[in-house]
Amino acid sequence: MVDLIAKSPCDGLLPKTMDGISLTEVEMTSITSVAPFKGREGALSEALKTAHGMAFPAPNRATGKEGARAVWFSRGQAVLIGPEPDVALGRFAALTDQSDAWSVVRLDGEGVEEVLARLVPIDLRPQSFKRGHTARTQLMHMTASITRVGERAFQIMVFRSMSATLVHDLETAMEGVAARG
Amino acid sequence: MRVLGKGLIDRATPVGFTFDGVRYEGFEGDTLASALLANDVRLMGRSFKYHRPRGVLTAGSEEPNALVTVGTGPAQDPNMRATVQEIYEGLEARSQNRWPSLAFDVMSVNDLAAPFLGAGFYYKTFMWPRAFWEKLYEPVIRRAAGLGALSGDPVEDRYERAWAFCDLLVIGAGPAGLMAAQTAARAGLDVILADEDARMGGRLLAERHEVGGTSGPEWVASMLEDLGGMPNVRLMTRTTVTGAYDQGTYGALERVGHHLPRAGHRPLETFWRIVAKRAILAAGALERPVAFANNDRPGIMTAGAVRAYLNRWGVSPGRAVSVFGNTDDIYRTARDLKSAGVHVAAVVDARADADAPIDVPVYKGAVVCDSAGGKHLESITIRTAGREEKISTDCLAMTGGWNPTVHLTCHMNGRPAWRDDILAFVPRPDAIPGMEVAGACNGAMSTAACLREGAEAAGGIVADLGKSVSELDLPEAEDDPYRPAPLWHVPGKGRAWLDFQNDVTVKDVRQAAVENFRSVEHMKRYTTQGMATDQGKNSNVAALAVLADATGRAIPETGTTTFRPPYAPVAMAAMGSGAQGKGFAPERFTTSHKATVERKAPMIEAGLWYRPSYFPHPGEDTWRQSCDREVGYVRNAVGICDVSTLGKVDIQGPDAAKLLDFVYINMFSTLKVGRVRYGLMLREDGHVMDDGTTARLAEHHYVMTTTTAAAGQVMAHLDFVHQCLHPEWDVSFTSVTEQWAQFAVAGPKSRALLNNLLDLPLDDATWPFMACGEISVAGIKGRLFRISFSGEHAYEIAVPARYGDSLFRLLVARAEGMEGGAYGMEALNVLRIEKGFITHSEIHGRVTAFDIGMERMVSAKKDCIGKVMAARPGLMDPERERLVGLKPAGATKQLTTGAHLFAQGADPVRLNDQGYITSVGFSPSLGSMLALGFLKNGPDRYGETVKMVDHVRGIEALCEVVNPVFFDPEGGRVRG
Repeated sequence: MVDLIAKSPCDGLLPKTMDGISLTEVEMTSITSVAPFKGREGALSEALKTAHGMAFPAPNRATGKEGARAVWFSRGQAVLIGPEPDVALGRFAALTDQSDAWSVVRLDGEGVEEVLARLVPIDLRPQSFKRGHTARTQLMHMTASITRVGERAFQIMVFRSMSATLVHDLETAMEGVAARG
Repeated sequence: MRVLGKGLIDRATPVGFTFDGVRYEGFEGDTLASALLANDVRLMGRSFKYHRPRGVLTAGSEEPNALVTVGTGPAQDPNMRATVQEIYEGLEARSQNRWPSLAFDVMSVNDLAAPFLGAGFYYKTFMWPRAFWEKLYEPVIRRAAGLGALSGDPVEDRYERAWAFCDLLVIGAGPAGLMAAQTAARAGLDVILADEDARMGGRLLAERHEVGGTSGPEWVASMLEDLGGMPNVRLMTRTTVTGAYDQGTYGALERVGHHLPRAGHRPLETFWRIVAKRAILAAGALERPVAFANNDRPGIMTAGAVRAYLNRWGVSPGRAVSVFGNTDDIYRTARDLKSAGVHVAAVVDARADADAPIDVPVYKGAVVCDSAGGKHLESITIRTAGREEKISTDCLAMTGGWNPTVHLTCHMNGRPAWRDDILAFVPRPDAIPGMEVAGACNGAMSTAACLREGAEAAGGIVADLGKSVSELDLPEAEDDPYRPAPLWHVPGKGRAWLDFQNDVTVKDVRQAAVENFRSVEHMKRYTTQGMATDQGKNSNVAALAVLADATGRAIPETGTTTFRPPYAPVAMAAMGSGAQGKGFAPERFTTSHKATVERKAPMIEAGLWYRPSYFPHPGEDTWRQSCDREVGYVRNAVGICDVSTLGKVDIQGPDAAKLLDFVYINMFSTLKVGRVRYGLMLREDGHVMDDGTTARLAEHHYVMTTTTAAAGQVMAHLDFVHQCLHPEWDVSFTSVTEQWAQFAVAGPKSRALLNNLLDLPLDDATWPFMACGEISVAGIKGRLFRISFSGEHAYEIAVPARYGDSLFRLLVARAEGMEGGAYGMEALNVLRIEKGFITHSEIHGRVTAFDIGMERMVSAKKDCIGKVMAARPGLMDPERERLVGLKPAGATKQLTTGAHLFAQGADPVRLNDQGYITSVGFSPSLGSMLALGFLKNGPDRYGETVKMVDHVRGIEALCEVVNPVFFDPEGGRVRG
């Protein structure tokens, strides 16, 4: 009998803490791409509420909470993070398992925006990028999904294969901020 | 010379540094320039062309003369302005452009040859012989004329890039900027206040003005305390806004580490992109020197600089200072010096009618017409009506008036407007959308006017952005009138410098006019006026005044040259920061990367991915040995290869089949569930875009694979088709490339291997060639595809990526137990060449389906992208270069990629070219080099012998044209 061992995308790379800011890997969980079929957006949103307690997110928004979140991901697409998708969703949307496709990290701490300002070209100030706001944007040279999940915490997602670069880039930015004291 | 009791330096904190190897002491708060002057070091550099001895001209970032090199080796920074460089313990600075030493510079002979080195001298002198320009003249001239040098070592310092956002960006923290920032911040705007100086306050730190009943510096401190306490204000010192760009974006360079010893990860500089809803330019003004003979001696500087050194740094640049100029600033300067106890030798007022309320010798209606001295100023010659008088002085403070710092307002093609009352150019309104101009850079020359304009500009913006301003409370301040008289150039013999950094004199500008370079832009290029790193900040206006005079035009008619970003020099390292080493591009690693590197496989880059070239075994000396062995695994036993890098697109929805039929040339709507089909897609222009296999997992569910190289392109193509061509289709797709770790298990023993591993065994009846479906390994659900890129009985097994590392190790271990093992890209390439399978080496963007023999795959029953365009006569011409196989047929057995094909007896020249080779490999299965290539009339010429010529490598070989499927042409093995 063989046994397959699971490894997370940032296996051996994280956590890292610097100057009160911590970079941790979010424990692997279910990630499902949810893309509503034509004209079924409303029904899907209802089904999402019933099954998982959150509406289908508008562009640049995330719904739900820690442990069960729907994050807008692209035109006509969100990802459900946390719960396994209820079968009822399949009637209204194309569901695609992406649990292993994304490296998901959390950057948390006082001055976290200063770290991201070195990598991300969009306005992440608390007054313009609030909790529940999300964006598909660049992180250094990578395309990323960035969501504010707390007053001073962001969830960052990049392709699994780019985990090492993600950690390298974030670590470099953290060092630059920490070095200013 | 240090002056007791003056200055904002911290006399309790001495700081040691070296200049040209000599150790000096300054104080915390000193710049290199102020510290050197305090130590009576006045010679700080040599001029660019004539190697004239030079000292500081200014006290700010516009400094043209005092450029030094800081640090050595990889940390060497050339052309640092001594007026900007702050001192720190251990700072090592060196002078530039001199040999062997600053005091004795051999190249100063250039100064004696000055009559021959005027404007345009090298255009005229070094015309002949032509070839000598690049080889001899230019290198020699470049060595003689120059600035500091880079070390040539790779930079080790860190640089950063960063973004910032705000409602209002205030550029400059003098009286106008501080008032503007406070007004806006109190109204609730998010404000960034950026100033290029280490200390905010602008001229208030350099003058003795009172503001609001306290000293200037005290008022500044109270303003900064107020601003610093507000959460909506960000104070950025040492930050030069370098450019104004579209949509409220500004570039800014922050000097983070230049004023401190190197430490840890601290960046040297951060290049900011600041996005602001609005901006206020409060950049102040720059003082104009006066052009008179020998006005470039060390000790001659602007009057504002003298006051700055005295009032801010507690340094008198001389012991007997004289003052010369055309505004009341000359009396202000003399008063400041006298009250500090410095002897004032003379005040020379170019105006005849000014008041002279001061107890020093005043020469009214007079000019300074010459200077004398060696390495520093010793005397000046004063000319009054009809007579000249020479007086001893070791420092001359001169002023020709002030130029508003209009530069940023010109970055989007705006041109400044001339104001006759202040003899200066000022910005035109709305030159930069969203930017207001306030204070001295708007032509408001008194402190009171600056304070008022700053507050008013901010008030207007506050109202525009929908907030309200509380009652304006302007502090009392100096409101002296500013009445300059024209004073650009003192007539007389001898060279009078305009552009100190590029060694351009009045005579050069006149010469340009004489030679008909009358346009200011032509004059600039002919003389190099304003083309040095200071961009002519001190000299441009005076130079065009001289040009206007020489050409008999008015100054506004003559116009200015164009000010371009960056306002101040920016290191390339700062602009490109982060993009060196690992920061250059992301690295994409497969799940098998670690296990692969453990096996010492050399990795090659495939796009951003890293893939193994081959897996070396002990005793193998060359890659070919490893490759041959790995090919043998697949042909004779079983080989394992990570193919996860291929693009995988999950396609779902009722119209999924329609989408596939439209993008592929062949049919996918007819594909049975549980089966895979090879597909070819074309671009709109009928040429091949990509190929791959697509599996039908369910009625409305497909998984498409693309090549590694074109995964992104195909995804973009699908988006285009869906969003623009057929938005009505109910289909969605998403990349699942990263979700699955996928491995090829290829070879006659592949099924045996899998059957020992899978939870349910495979057989031919349920798993024929091109079948697909779900499987499970150790209870983990995965997918299996019976497809082959080697022509062998083969599978690709996919599991969720988290199990990739584990499954790869397991597969390789099992294969090794069956006389097989892992194989890399080299073996994969040989295997596919043996079978005549194409990659992007063949479908390189210029070939059609016809060229690769796949035109019959184009379905007649449907339309597809590229179908019509591919049927153009020129694209169906049998004479086109079409895909063939090639085998060596002569004494030379080597075939090379990129070589061209010719008829056997033809001259191997371009006109006789018949095709080219795209892929080669040594086939251990057939014992020969094999090649794929494109040949005119290719498939009609099987059996013919052609000549391969590799002009680059110098190889010629005869080859036989054959069918591109070299191995197992019947395809029996794949169905095995």
